[in-house]
Amino acid sequence: MANMYSKGTKRKFFDSVDAAMDNKAVLYSRQRQSLLDMSLIKLQLCHMLVEPNMCRSVLIANTVRHIQEEMTHDGSWQLVTEAFGGSGPSDHLVATEVLCRSSALEQQGGGPKLYSVMGYDGCREEEVVTDEALCSVTFSDGAPALLGTIDHCWDRAELRMVAVEDRVIKDSGSEVESGEGAKTVMGQVFGTFEIKNGAPGSDPALEELFSAVDASYYDLDTMLTSIQSTPKMGPYNLLDSMASSHGPTSNSSCRTDLSELDHIMEIIVGS
Amino acid sequence: VRHEKGCKTQDSADIISTVEFNHSGELLATGDKGGRVVIFQQELESKNQPQCRGEYNVYSTFQSHEPEFDYLKSLEIEEKINKIRWLPQKNAAQFLLSTNDKTIKLWKISERDKRPEGYNLKEEDGRYRDPTTVTTLRVPVFQPMDLMVEASPRRVFANAHTYHINSISVNSDCETYLSADDLRINLWNLEITDRSFNIVDIKPVNMEELTEVITAAEFHPNQCNTFVYSSSKGTIRLCDMRASALCDQHSKLFEEPEDPSNRSFFSEIISSISDVKFSHSGRYMMTRDYLSVKIWDLNMESRPVETYQVHEYLRSKLCSLYENDCIFDKFECCWNGNDSVVMTGSYNNFFRMFDRGYRQDVTLEASRESSKPRSVLKPRKVCTGGKRKKDEISVDSLDFNKKILHTAWHPQDNIIAVATTNNLYIFQDKL
Repeated sequence: MANMYSKGTKRKFFDSVDAAMDNKAVLYSRQRQSLLDMSLIKLQLCHMLVEPNMCRSVLIANTVRHIQEEMTHDGSWQLVTEAFGGSGPSDHLVATEVLCRSSALEQQGGGPKLYSVMGYDGCREEEVVTDEALCSVTFSDGAPALLGTIDHCWDRAELRMVAVEDRVIKDSGSEVESGEGAKTVMGQVFGTFEIKNGAPGSDPALEELFSAVDASYYDLDTMLTSIQSTPKMGPYNLLDSMASSHGPTSNSSCRTDLSELDHIMEIIVGS
Repeated sequence: VRHEKGCKTQDSADIISTVEFNHSGELLATGDKGGRVVIFQQELESKNQPQCRGEYNVYSTFQSHEPEFDYLKSLEIEEKINKIRWLPQKNAAQFLLSTNDKTIKLWKISERDKRPEGYNLKEEDGRYRDPTTVTTLRVPVFQPMDLMVEASPRRVFANAHTYHINSISVNSDCETYLSADDLRINLWNLEITDRSFNIVDIKPVNMEELTEVITAAEFHPNQCNTFVYSSSKGTIRLCDMRASALCDQHSKLFEEPEDPSNRSFFSEIISSISDVKFSHSGRYMMTRDYLSVKIWDLNMESRPVETYQVHEYLRSKLCSLYENDCIFDKFECCWNGNDSVVMTGSYNNFFRMFDRGYRQDVTLEASRESSKPRSVLKPRKVCTGGKRKKDEISVDSLDFNKKILHTAWHPQDNIIAVATTNNLYIFQDKL
């Protein structure tokens, strides 16, 4: 990084290398997202068929989980880079060299490690040069700005999760012991999209936020009546305390809004 | 590896889903998606045509399974025959097990070439005679008749599998057999249909934790206490039924460490084992995963002793094959009679043979165009890159709808049965 400020010619070299690495990282993320979209569609199609092949469903679900774990690990789970403007997942299916071959990083570093899209941790120059797979792939859209559309992506990912969870909840209500198989496999798959999955690498801020939640807060009665006899340490209390560093205080004015938010969060998280 | 000679093709309206020679090789059974079983019989060697061993002709056809409806789950149960396994012959009749996703049936196939004639109270057409017209008594005698082959269901083994049955295997004791579904393996006595013993159960308490399923299972050919089962994660477990009633603890675990240079998001999928077969000797077993065939020595769990690449050129196409679901195709594999050659199918109606002794392999094609009767099969080659030679096929021209999933090898002779989607090809070695 220090070399960026040296002579003009040298700076140019590093700039182009950095740009190339950016492109590759973006491309890899796009490919990975495309694979994730494809896998989710396959699982949803499973859901509609009569009795889907369990081996296939399990393998697809495992693939989804691997992608999710990697995306969580490199921080891009909340930062989904893809071509935008409402294009469907199938539009992203480009040449598959990137995903079908391991990245050169893995060959030299041991564990699976991704180009970090936020920074340059773990990237090494020589790997950029030797990984022909990434170089040979082209795609029609221009590489989107890396950091520009965080909110947009997050909304889209969140919407997808909610829609899917609704279906799972409907199914689990009518589930009988004999209704095992693909439905619960799907339940497992969609369960892994929980934000607070307890897996290492999940968002520490969120974990802290929900760590002190009293389970009784989610009692239906409590939420419906919005009345609590004694002030309990709920998430909105934590928010207040984090903001003002005061002790826990009851705050009835925003209690209704926050209870609705918690209800939505409960659906997403799948209590 | 010798060239083969095309001998017989048989059209079938339905997709062939399983192919199996019986223990003598005289009979060849096929099952199809419509629940039918068609059995071919080898003709006795003809003195007129010494070059050719007997041809296989249709011997018997019967409807083994019908579509059913599971009212509890509101799901249809397909009648497709997943597997057929012959029992060793003990008397004049032949027995085979056929299974769909849920129910196994034991079929008796018997011949009738005589019928009794000369009853006292019945006419030849079955009408009863007036007893007052009977003046003499005679003993009915058996007279020859046209050969009739009858198939009758002798046992129905039902309601033991929650998940889809993928394998059945007859024990060497000829009294028991196993049936395996995605999560469980059951042990049956051939005589008893209302009870089976569960010997393997990998169902997790919480189905949301399910990450691995059973893909195939087989009894050892000689040791009646030993069986193996393979998984979707590329492992094979060998179990000894003497150790405990529930064989959840394996005696041996066969698994090859992953090659880190080949790791991708598809690594697990292509490591999933689609078939496992013991060698006739019982010393080795063969597994088929998406891209390769592996031979394992039962005494060494750490890695296979031989690995053969079936269609390595597909490794760079895995994403497309995932998209069109071909990556989930379950190819079977088989040994020849003396365990020196193994065979498996591929795409474009290609099938591959690997000679373990001579370290040679060949790609052949099962199609009408390339195998006129009495012609010699020509080896095929897939061009993986660069200049395509004459007669080579480029990877991008392969037809992935033409897949050979099921193959079988005669237990003694060099006769093979290869099933394309709708057709069965039988090839014989040139004598």
